Amino acid sequence: MTTHGTFARALLEPDRACPAGLFSRNGADPASRFAVYRNNVHNGLINALASAYPVTLQLVGDAFFRAMAGLYVQAHPPTSPLIGEYGSTFAGFIQDFEPAAGVPYLADIARLERLRVRAYHAADDQPLAPQAVLDALQGRADLGAVRLQLHPSVATLMSPYAVVTVWAAHQTEGGLATLDPGYAQGALVLRQGLEVKVFAIDAGSVTFIQRLAWGETLQTAVERALDASNDFDLHQCLTLLISHHAVTYLHLDSKVSP
Amino acid sequence: MTPIFPPTCSPAQAPGLPDRAGLGLKHEHFVEVLETSPDLGFFEVHAENYMMAGGPFHHYLGLIRERYPLSLHGVGLSIGGEGPLDRDHLARLAALLERYQPQAFSEHLAWSSHGPVFLNDLLPLAYDSATLHRVCDHIDQVQSTLKRPMLLENPSTYLLLERSTLDETDFISEVIRRTGCGLLLDVNNVYVTCTNHQRDPDAYLNALPLHAVGEIHLAGFAEDTDSLGDRLLIDDHGAPIDNAVWQLYQRVLGRIGAVPTLIERDNQVPALSVLLAQAWQAEWQLSQVRP
Repeated sequence: MTTHGTFARALLEPDRACPAGLFSRNGADPASRFAVYRNNVHNGLINALASAYPVTLQLVGDAFFRAMAGLYVQAHPPTSPLIGEYGSTFAGFIQDFEPAAGVPYLADIARLERLRVRAYHAADDQPLAPQAVLDALQGRADLGAVRLQLHPSVATLMSPYAVVTVWAAHQTEGGLATLDPGYAQGALVLRQGLEVKVFAIDAGSVTFIQRLAWGETLQTAVERALDASNDFDLHQCLTLLISHHAVTYLHLDSKVSP
Repeated sequence: MTPIFPPTCSPAQAPGLPDRAGLGLKHEHFVEVLETSPDLGFFEVHAENYMMAGGPFHHYLGLIRERYPLSLHGVGLSIGGEGPLDRDHLARLAALLERYQPQAFSEHLAWSSHGPVFLNDLLPLAYDSATLHRVCDHIDQVQSTLKRPMLLENPSTYLLLERSTLDETDFISEVIRRTGCGLLLDVNNVYVTCTNHQRDPDAYLNALPLHAVGEIHLAGFAEDTDSLGDRLLIDDHGAPIDNAVWQLYQRVLGRIGAVPTLIERDNQVPALSVLLAQAWQAEWQLSQVRP
């Protein structure tokens, strides 16, 4: 193995001995100085995860989170210098992390927090003014054939737990004692202007927004949404998207190819 | 991406960084900087923090760039890496330089990637002829891709490598001579490295090509001890600048005159006013050496 390869491996595996070929001018044990690099690497990456997953951290406490994140860092070190994007597979790791099973919604909270980071840094796109969208859609005979282009920050998540309610409860002090997370809830994440917003939505809305994002027509999206939930409310969901500047373009010509 | 063209004749449009104090721009301070327009020579950002597609970071940096000169400081290129430079990363850097037109671009004499893994730290190099060739080739590639000279930052190190056949200062001098890059003189790194390896910081400075200094960094360190109980300083950018570093900075300025000087703080980021006070301390020292 190359020098850097040996060094890199020893950095990531805390039980591995300090690599050969290193020394200190004062004769100190090089392991005591190699520890600085190892500490920098581990703490730096754990801190990056802690700042990207603040509610996940709050749910399990600092010590548990740092231990769990440390194991993730060892198993899945970054593969890109863009540390802001590090941890995109952390939620999946949490899902399979046995000691965290006592907080069954932990992985979905992490998924929601990842969507928030992505929305924050997503590409900019000019939204359509809400009134312009309403004017264009109102009274159209071929409304079902219309396709909506959504802002690059728009993302959804469906959870068997009340992820948005749990997440929102951690944005303010107190008020957690009476919380029941044991019901299914969907999440809509988007960036309106410079601010990332999170909304609780139903399963039908999650399906509807996903289908729109895939470029399907309003009609198809509505049909799939009703398959997912009889309670799907098209008016309410469209209002939510339009009023929060999630629509960036209307494809009104039904003959246009995708 | 639209390049930003600041109003004509503004300092933001000057060809180089001014010989003044600047600050590392932290997202915590975006709004306050725009609302208060502090009297600073320039701002510096970590390139990797601005490689996302859009959002508030670009929004604020764009507005701040219209008012101030900018230094772009890379922390992820792994110039000392054993493998080839990451071409995608180099392309991202080129795009960022095109977009923000910074007055300076700098990177580190260190490695941080190996194979597919990015280790997110500035790791020490063996100073031998193989590393010298590799580092020079990489810097040539960076400068030809970015179509501008870069500044190379001297490192903080905690260990020495048996394979080294050159002094760090001789290595740096030779890289600068061969590639024509400039020196980003991190005075804190000089102090940290010299303390950790029992060197005299003034002798270390004497051995560097100080004529090539294009920018100075000042930062704080953390303090630890090694297995012998000796002082081991860690370049953590998480504390105020130490008095010993201020004094060393003063001696550097006495030798080379005023140079653009950055106050770096990346951890335990305090209020903007705290950082501005340090910038003004640097500004005062700079004023003492201006003709």
